[in-house]
Amino acid sequence: MHEIAIARQILEIALKRAEQVGAKKILAVRAKIGEFTAVVPESLRFCFDAVTAGTIAEGATLDIEEIPLAAECAVCRKPFVPDKVRFSCPECGGREVEITSGRELDVESMEVE
Amino acid sequence: MKVPVVERIMRANDVLADEVRQTLRENGIVALNIMGAPGSGKTSLIEQTIARLGETTVAVIEGDIATTLDADRLSKLGVQVVQINTGGSCHLDAGMVKMALAQMKLSTLDLLFIENVGNLVCPAEFDIGEYKKVLVSSVPEGHDKVQKYPLMFRLVDAVVLNKTDLMQHVDFDLGVFRSSLTDINSRAPLFEVSCKTADNLDSWVAWVRSQVTS
Repeated sequence: MHEIAIARQILEIALKRAEQVGAKKILAVRAKIGEFTAVVPESLRFCFDAVTAGTIAEGATLDIEEIPLAAECAVCRKPFVPDKVRFSCPECGGREVEITSGRELDVESMEVE
Repeated sequence: MKVPVVERIMRANDVLADEVRQTLRENGIVALNIMGAPGSGKTSLIEQTIARLGETTVAVIEGDIATTLDADRLSKLGVQVVQINTGGSCHLDAGMVKMALAQMKLSTLDLLFIENVGNLVCPAEFDIGEYKKVLVSSVPEGHDKVQKYPLMFRLVDAVVLNKTDLMQHVDFDLGVFRSSLTDINSRAPLFEVSCKTADNLDSWVAWVRSQVTS
């Protein structure tokens, strides 16, 4: 249940930002979570509810935008969507593949008052 | 009111991981993050490797939820061992490793093994300042583990398949394990070993040595 550690990080980032802008209440936090990460969105939402209790973010929603996995061949530069268990280029068969998206774990914005 | 934030969630951890990396670099220490399922043989692999490294000065950071069992085993080898009890946490983070380093004598060290908590999911997202990530898998876990835990297998720099001595007793398809690893991570070398019989440990130990001298 490492989502609890990740939820705490999100909360810390949000609380710090809320203080910077002088917000009294955090209503929502928007995060980008890549498909190819060790984070399960439902677990993260559950943990976020737990860690925000008793803070100015209590009751805030965690809006998660899931970012699909995408890659690019390091040899022929062909962009493609890899099967999660097979990272090989559909064009040239190359196995040197760079992940271009799907590894995101970012806080994007939040709604405060 | 909408407020932009734009910050990596793992930033706080990553900052600490960079501090760990810096400390290790300044002291000329190569750190290997040893990950794998509970019972895959992480501690056994570290024991067998230390016994074969000769002149290399080694230390171990042992991550464990509650006990000192693994640290006690490794202390018998006469190396510096620092225990981190994560108190229920399923992974090590960079802050824990930083605290462990503060308790260690670093100046004489060449190589540091950091044994992570036994888990094939959670440690994947936590940079702990290591130089390379190593995954220990084992024959009794089954040949499908590569496909079932693709993120972990994708992110590591080397894979050790342990307990090859049990291959004849269980339904383990080595061909499937090898090809699915190539599909997911063609960069990671695979070392097929048995820590029990000490079979085939030489190429793995040579790889470890090459990390220290590189």
